[in-house]
Amino acid sequence: MLDRVQQLGASTLGFIQRFGHSGIFLFYSLWGIPKLKSGTALLIKQLYSVGVLSLVIIVVSGTFIGMVLGLQGYTILSDFGTENALGQLVALSLVRELAPVVTALLFAGRAGSALTAEIGLMKATEQLASMEMIGVDPLRRIIAPRLIAGFISMPILTAIFCATGVWGGYLVGVEWLGLYEGAFWANMQSSVSFEHDVLNGILKGFVFGIAITWIAVFQGYESEPTSEGISVATTKTVVYSSLTVLALDFILTAMMFGEF
Amino acid sequence: MAMKWIETLVGGLMIAGALALSMLAFKVSGIQLAGGDTFYHVTADFENVGSLQTRSKVSLSGLVIGEVTHIQYVREDYTARVTLKIKSSYDNLPIDSIAAILTQGMLGDQYIGLSVGAEEESLVEGSVIEETQSALVLEELIGAFLLSMTKE
Repeated sequence: MLDRVQQLGASTLGFIQRFGHSGIFLFYSLWGIPKLKSGTALLIKQLYSVGVLSLVIIVVSGTFIGMVLGLQGYTILSDFGTENALGQLVALSLVRELAPVVTALLFAGRAGSALTAEIGLMKATEQLASMEMIGVDPLRRIIAPRLIAGFISMPILTAIFCATGVWGGYLVGVEWLGLYEGAFWANMQSSVSFEHDVLNGILKGFVFGIAITWIAVFQGYESEPTSEGISVATTKTVVYSSLTVLALDFILTAMMFGEF
Repeated sequence: MAMKWIETLVGGLMIAGALALSMLAFKVSGIQLAGGDTFYHVTADFENVGSLQTRSKVSLSGLVIGEVTHIQYVREDYTARVTLKIKSSYDNLPIDSIAAILTQGMLGDQYIGLSVGAEEESLVEGSVIEETQSALVLEELIGAFLLSMTKE
């Protein structure tokens, strides 16, 4: 019995310690002024692999999710004779909720796992250790550009997801099902507010971006330097970031759109 | 050479993001850059504001001429004081205009509809609309209807 209690205490303390460790890790990676010239080149390379390479999956899923929303929304709304509110339905559900969350989940799967695997392999092949040996701080050179690239890409990808999703909804609602185009846009514009809905949605994307990249990079950096360790770390990245995103989403939604 | 290509692609991503954001701003949320609209504020006291909220519309003959900026409880009268902002271009509304809380369609939002009065004097900043008509509460309406039925 006492053993159990002891174990529980130990694992709780272990969790808190790991959390603190990852916080210090984040702090050291971002601390200090980056070198402008070499830093920019590194950042752009990471923006490419984290952001540009995720673009296709974001655009495709955005379009399809928008189209599905249009189709489902139309069927339900036409039961009540309010199919003109389709624009509103598609835009609000995308901008407030679906775009940030789905983008974050895709981002965790596409970019987060790649980050973890890359850094984990660097660690396993002792590239990080040798970098330290020649006096280059791997936190500054390897970790920081990846973190910042993640912070920048996520809001951009969220905005792109939203826009393509709305376009997908438009395609189904107006082009295929023959809604009146004016009503589609006018209803949307009268119900979506830029500060309250669009900016909050993109802010959500930014927060998710911080959470995912932080988890991904930390898991990679702290992974066991074996092939099994890398696979465990990659799995952990995807699982932890998905759970964190969903939990954070609830908190952010309550803060932004909850009325109390 | 390869670096240049990557830079171009990253630039493309940034531009796509900016385009998406501006599409969200202008096409989806219908933001208007001409923020130069000036407003004046008037207040009106209602016994019941129903589900009126800040940012609800103020309309006159079907056109949106302003919005609700503030709803506040008046302790002395047990009423709700609604502050409206009305575009300055609508500066010839008579001071005895009536503000009524109406509903858009069956399930729509509530908004304030102004009916024009007959006075010469116009509403200006800080005016009070005296004539108001509260939101209809469906239960009260049904109650009144049933009462009138039983009287017969």
